[in-house]
This record gives sequence, structure tokens and C-alpha cells, in this order.
Amino acid sequence: MAVPSDPKISARFKEPAALVPTSMRRQSVELPELSELQVLRHFNRLSQMNFSVELGMYPLGSCTMKYNPKVSEMISGSDGMKYAHPLQPTETVQGLLSIFYELEAYLCEITGMHRFSLSTAAGAQGELAGVLMIRKYLRVHGQGKRDEILVPDSAHGTNPASAAMGGFQVVKVPSDSNGQVRAAAVKALCSDKTAGMMFTVPNTLGLFEGEVTEVCQAVHDAGGLMYYDGANMNALLGRARPGDMGFDIVHLNLHKTFATPHGGGGPGAGPVGVTRKLADYLPVPVVSKGKKGCTLDFDLKHTIGPLKGFVGNSAVLLRAYVYIRLLGASGLADVSSLAVLAANYLWKSLDPEAFPVSYGEILHRKHEVVVSAKGELPGAALTIAKAILDYGMHAPTVYFPLIVHEALMIEPTESEPIEMLDEYAAAMNEIYREMKEGVLGPVPKYTSVGKIDEVKASHPLTLRVHW
Amino acid sequence: MDMREYQRRHPLLPNLDESLVSKMLQKVGASSIDELFSDIPPNVRLNRGLKLPEGASEYEVRREVQERLGSNTTPPRSLCFLGGGVWPHYVPAAVESITSRQEFYTSYTPYQAEVSQGMLQALFEYQSLMCDLLGMEACNSSLYDWASAAGEAVRMAARVTGRKKALIAGNAGPQRRAVIGTYTEPLGMELETVSFDKSEGTIDPADLERRLTADVACVYFENPNYLGIIEDGLAPMIEKVHGAGALAVVGVDPISLSLVKEPGAYGADVAVGEGQPLGIAMNYGGPHLGIFSVKDIKLARSMPGRLIGITSTVADPEVKAFSMVLQAREQHIRREAATSNVCTNQSLMAVAAASYLSILGKGGFRKLGEAVISNSHYAAQRLSRVKGVKSPHLSGAFFKEFAVSYRNSNAKTVFGKLSREGVLAGYPVQRSFGLGAEAGLYCVTEIHTRDDIERLATALEEVV
Repeated sequence: MAVPSDPKISARFKEPAALVPTSMRRQSVELPELSELQVLRHFNRLSQMNFSVELGMYPLGSCTMKYNPKVSEMISGSDGMKYAHPLQPTETVQGLLSIFYELEAYLCEITGMHRFSLSTAAGAQGELAGVLMIRKYLRVHGQGKRDEILVPDSAHGTNPASAAMGGFQVVKVPSDSNGQVRAAAVKALCSDKTAGMMFTVPNTLGLFEGEVTEVCQAVHDAGGLMYYDGANMNALLGRARPGDMGFDIVHLNLHKTFATPHGGGGPGAGPVGVTRKLADYLPVPVVSKGKKGCTLDFDLKHTIGPLKGFVGNSAVLLRAYVYIRLLGASGLADVSSLAVLAANYLWKSLDPEAFPVSYGEILHRKHEVVVSAKGELPGAALTIAKAILDYGMHAPTVYFPLIVHEALMIEPTESEPIEMLDEYAAAMNEIYREMKEGVLGPVPKYTSVGKIDEVKASHPLTLRVHW
Repeated sequence: MDMREYQRRHPLLPNLDESLVSKMLQKVGASSIDELFSDIPPNVRLNRGLKLPEGASEYEVRREVQERLGSNTTPPRSLCFLGGGVWPHYVPAAVESITSRQEFYTSYTPYQAEVSQGMLQALFEYQSLMCDLLGMEACNSSLYDWASAAGEAVRMAARVTGRKKALIAGNAGPQRRAVIGTYTEPLGMELETVSFDKSEGTIDPADLERRLTADVACVYFENPNYLGIIEDGLAPMIEKVHGAGALAVVGVDPISLSLVKEPGAYGADVAVGEGQPLGIAMNYGGPHLGIFSVKDIKLARSMPGRLIGITSTVADPEVKAFSMVLQAREQHIRREAATSNVCTNQSLMAVAAASYLSILGKGGFRKLGEAVISNSHYAAQRLSRVKGVKSPHLSGAFFKEFAVSYRNSNAKTVFGKLSREGVLAGYPVQRSFGLGAEAGLYCVTEIHTRDDIERLATALEEVV
């Protein structure tokens, strides 16, 4: 790329590098020297070796790989978004801030929370914010000795990791034979050490937690706060709200439920919402509205502080706003209805002998279903995952949750037409048949590289190229 | 469910059709969709519609939202001379083209490596390019942003050294300082500020040495620092840091590394920074790119975030392939004992940075640095001719940002007035920096022309 250069300026600074003190002057940077076309060919070729939602069904459980509307990409490319600087005076960026203000109100209505901070960059950062709010709230209320957070054994790994990062001990809550957390089990683990509990509803088995209100009650009675992991909110839009269940803190993954693209691993956005009593504890900034319009408010009395340098993942927030506006109140309710219908339909299309469920067989699933891959040898789930890649479809999440043997966690989302759900189930059934008959052979066969040596990958020799 | 006047196949909801829904319900063995939700206890069911606007057409939404965004004061209609950790640089069209590939942006974390070689290789190349740029040996595939990367770095230093104090350069960005505070509070860490020379803008080595006690886990420096000054005394200071058994963490603006020495060359153990200027739009604060790298490969096992490495296929050890590595550090395996809770990161932004560095290349990147440092010095000189202004305020060498002080004006007032002239410039330097003057920060890059700088100077003349 040609870099702009003004002849009059360059005439004045003939040796620009000399403006850097000698002790800190760099001679050169070893970077490739390529034409723009070569670079494009290289990355375009790489992109062709990458599976994506727009190439095929991607039912990665707990990740909600739904379709990301193209119009959101178009809008987020607007000058008023791309070129807005986070430190510019708020009165010069009212267009965007008013959108954030509305987005916050929408998220409050969807979850039954009182206030949201949009600043956290991903679900795990929302979790950390939540845990830190629990910590601070308890300290302000003279309960700082409470240092235990309850986390169900079916929880995402981020929950215990966030609790630990927030300085808490993690107490594991066992699930019952139906894959659910019982209030009695929670009560038994509660004590004057209990700071709170992180709870995912529906849980990672795709089951609604039937005793959620009693669990919230038990933790509240013990003096703790309830944290709602919103990773699975795609099941509940317009059906139930964490605020009504008794939760104090909620995070949402906008890249899941609200259809912002996953970017090959990120960016996401993980806004965190709270009830009235915790509003002053939110991470800053929050968007406030006054006589002069919307402002970024950094002055919350008990704020845990900022977790990100500037505002939040604004361009992701904008996409989520667009998605909510496209669907509206009844459209969002339809999203959850159809996502849940799709998960149950796909489950019932699978061969029950090949893919049994370990928990709650008579219960309806919510947004996802977790089945076990039945097989004589360990590794059946991995084999099925690799084999399905050859059908031009992505594998389910495998070996999670940890409480399911040979787990395959399937979340089709509302985006997949019935024909795709049929095709996916048929592929899984066929793979099982071939496995059983011993005719499957090594898989995957048709991917850009064959099966990867994961043992070697855990002892890596190379983390960069030396050249 | 309300079967409204949809055609079969609402663009986002392909199964929203009465006959399809009945067919699916039949297979499920339920009489209605409501039955699928019957396990939600009645007392928590939302027995009303959400109080949100009804859905609108793509055209309506696009028109309205773009109109609202259009009311923001931004380039190209206005001039932006703001920096402080987010900087206006040109994003080449080819970079946007690459990050707009749906194959990249609609995929997720490469859990199934065999169908994710593209993203894995792109991230591996990002790691390699960043290691070269920073002079480091291992770089993860991204964190959220500079500030959170700095927070993770200080946490890692505490983990590695078993110590509970961190020294933070007094001229580091306030955003990074604040986020480091939030990240380290649960560890009970004590953060102490190292003072800096108020006329030059660089760290005071004597103050650093005095504070380097045996309980210090790390020292966090920025280079160039928040006030734009290049820290020319870091090499001997970092020697002292190492002498005290502490780690040196350095936060950088990667564009400065076109002309300024890489952190690995002057002893940094951990280099963090903001990858936004490497082909990523300012986006009102995000998504950006948190850079996190280490010098000693042994530290890789203590790092937060995802790492991509080279392995091979099972069938043929000669066939190289990419995959996520050292996952046993991460939350999905190690849970409460993980090095960090990070899961979703900023991968797409790392692809942007890799393609940006590839497109500029060795020569282009150097030219970019030369254009930036020349333009910024030209601008500083031009502003020095504005009455009532001292430009640059500090005497240290600078790269693309510099503080300008005002003899008779309040920095906040100048900042506000400039913005009303369509010139976003002069973000006030907080009093806590102790410059003893009302001052604003100015950032000048390759995108600013001589005319732009003239317009800035004229506007400043009018308001100061």
C-alpha cells in the first residue's frame, strides 16, 4: 500500500528516523514484501479452508451459530460508526449513544433487569464483571468474608474460571439424575461463606432448571447473590426472564442470541445487567440520559471500575441493536420458539439407540440437545464429529458438558430450515451405522487436511515462524 | 406462536410456517410449541409480549439507523486528531476485503481444526508477525484490547513471581491503569505509581529504583507513553527491574515499532499493546485487538488466551497442520485453575492485523512510520506558532502524539470548542498527571494532510 506523503513536510524532515533517540532507534522490521494481489490470494485461499455459518450447518452446542444478517454488516460499516473515536465529546456522538441507550432498555426488558452496562467485551468478561460486583456488594455490606461461589457441575468452564479470577473458591453443585440442580443440593452447600451462585438456565444439557426459583431463594436466604449466565438465552426470549426467576445479575452473549458474527473466535459482546440494588456497582462506563442528551457515565458510586479501555465493543452492540429492530417483540419470541422446536425435532430425528440422552429422557429440550455417542471404543463422539465434517457440515460441540459420557452437544438454532435438520440427523444416523458395521474408515477424508494429531499439539514445538 | 402474515420463509426464520411447525411438532410428540415450554414453572413464565417495538423491514431499519449514525461528528466530514490508545489510521481496502470474507467472520473458535485451517493459519501468521514486530517469542491469538491485556499481564506476573505488588508508570494511560486496577483487585495487589519527569515526560529512573522492593511482581511501562513520549531510558531501567526479580511489562502502539525499538530488544518480558491501528477501525472503542506476548517461551504456559501452533496429521507426520495448542491452560479444560477465563476473543481483528502488516510490508511499514513522525512534528511546530500555546509542552522525543499546553485557556473548554468547529482534537490531560498546566493531547498520523493541520491550527487560534 502506498503511504501518503506530503513533499513539503518530507522536505522539512529529511531523515524522519532521526527524530527517534539513538538508543531507541530501530533499523528495520522484518515483514513480508508482497504485492497486494499476492496478499489477497493468500488470505482468500485461507478463507476457503475455513468452515462457516454461510457455508453450512454449524450446530456447535452452546455457541448459537445462527445466521448473521448481512444488513448489520452494512450498517456497522457506516462512517458514523467506523470513524467515531471513543474520547470525542459525547455531544458529538449522540446518534450512536442514543442507539446504545435504547439497546440497554431493550436488554432490560428482555431479561427483567433494571440496568445494563454495555462495556464488557465478551461473555467471560461479563461473568468477571458479575463476580466482581458480587465481591464488591458483599464488602460494602460488611459480608466480605463470604468467599465461595457455587457453580453446577454442568456449567461452562468460564464460570469457575471467572469465579476464581474474582478471588472466590468454587464449590461444585452436583446435578441430579435428570441433569438438573435441586434446591436441596444447593441448600446443603450454602453457608455463611456463600457469596453467590452462577447458574445457566437452560443449562448446558439444554434443560430448563425446574427449581430455579427455589435455588435463587436458597442462595438469597443464605445471604448470597444469584448470577445468570445468559449463554443460553436463545431459548427463552419472550418466554421467561431471569429477573422474574430471582436473579440479581445477568450477562448476555450478543454474538449468540443477538446474531452478531462470531469472527472466527471473536469479537463478541457480553453486556451485564443488574437489579436496582446493584445498579451502582456496574462496570463503567454506562450510558445515561439527561437534559443534554446521552452521556457516558463513569461516576457510579460503587462501580467495580472499567474492564475495557474504551466504551465497549461498540460495533458489535450496534449489530445486536439492528437485529432486535429487525425482529421486534414477536419476532424475538418466534426466534426462541423455533430454536427450541428445531432442537427437539433434530433430537427426535436421531436414532435413539445410537444417540441416547443421559439425563431427563422425558423432558423437552430447550435450545440444544446433548446425546451420547454409543460405541464400544472410547472416542466415539470424536469419530462422529470428524465424520460429519465430510458431509459439509460442522460437528456438534464434543465432550461437553463433562457430566455426559461421549457427549455430542447439538444446537441447530432457528436459522436452519427443516431440510437441513433432516439432512443433519440422517448424516449422524448413517455415520453410526457405518461405525457399527466397521466400514467407516479413517475420517475426515474430504477436509483440507486429514485428522490432526492432537497429542502432538499439546506439546507444541512451534508457536511462531522464524525466518 | 402467532402465525402472522408471513410468507413461508421469513428471511431469518425459515420454519415460521404453520404446516412446517405442525410437521415438526408431530415428530417431537408435542401438540403445540407452548407445550415445549411447559417445564417452565408458571410463576416465572412471561405471560405477555415483550415491550419492544415490532419488527421493521431491512430497508426501514437501515435507513433509520444510518441516518442516526450520520448525525455523529466523524471523519470524513470532520477532522480527528484524537489518540490516547485508539488512533486514526488508514485501513487499506484490501484489509477490509479480507475481514469481510464470511468464511472468516461467520466461523467460530477453531475447535474442529480440520475445517478451520484457514483461520488457524491466519492466526498463526498473526502470532508470527507480532513476534517479529515486538521482538518476542510467543504471542497469543488476541485478547479484548490493550487495557485488558495489561490487566492480564499484571495478573500473570503475580502468578509467576508469587508477589503482590505492581509498579505502574505514572505516564501510562489512565484507561490502562484503571483496568489493571479492576483486574488485579481480587488478588489483593498493591499498585504503586512511578513518577515521571514533568518537563521531559519520561520515567524517573531514581524513583523507579527506590520503589523496586523485593515484593514487586512487575513494572508496567508504556512506550511511547500516554503523553506520546518515547521512553529512551528503558533498557537500563529494565535491567534494574530484573535485578529486583520482577518482570518488565511494556505496552506499545505497534505503529511506533516501525521506527522505535521493539520491546524484546530492550529486555521486556511481556509486551502488550493495542492492535487497533493495524487495520482496524476506531469503532467508538471496539472491537479492537489486545496484544499479549512473552519473551521467554517458558512463560507461554502461564499465558492467558488461545495459542495456535503447528502440528501434523495423524496419518502422516510430514503433513503439517495448524491447531490450538497448550489448551490445558484454558478455562474449558482447567476450569477454576485456568490462567484466565477468556473464551471468545478478538480473532477477526487479529486477521485484520496480519493482513495489514502483510499488505504494508517491510518498506511500506517503515514509510508509514516516517510519514507519521514527520506529520506529527510538522503539526507540533505549526501549533507552536499559535498564540497562547506551548507546543509541544514536553521536551522528550515523541512519535505521533504530543501534549500542547494553553496559557490562558481551560483544556476542557478548548476541547469542546474545537469539536464544535468540526475538529476533534486536544483531549484534556487529566490534572492527576501533574503537568502543572492546562494541556490537551494531539495525535497526528499519515492520514492528516498539511491542509488538515492548517485547519487544526486555525481552529485552535480561534478558540484558545
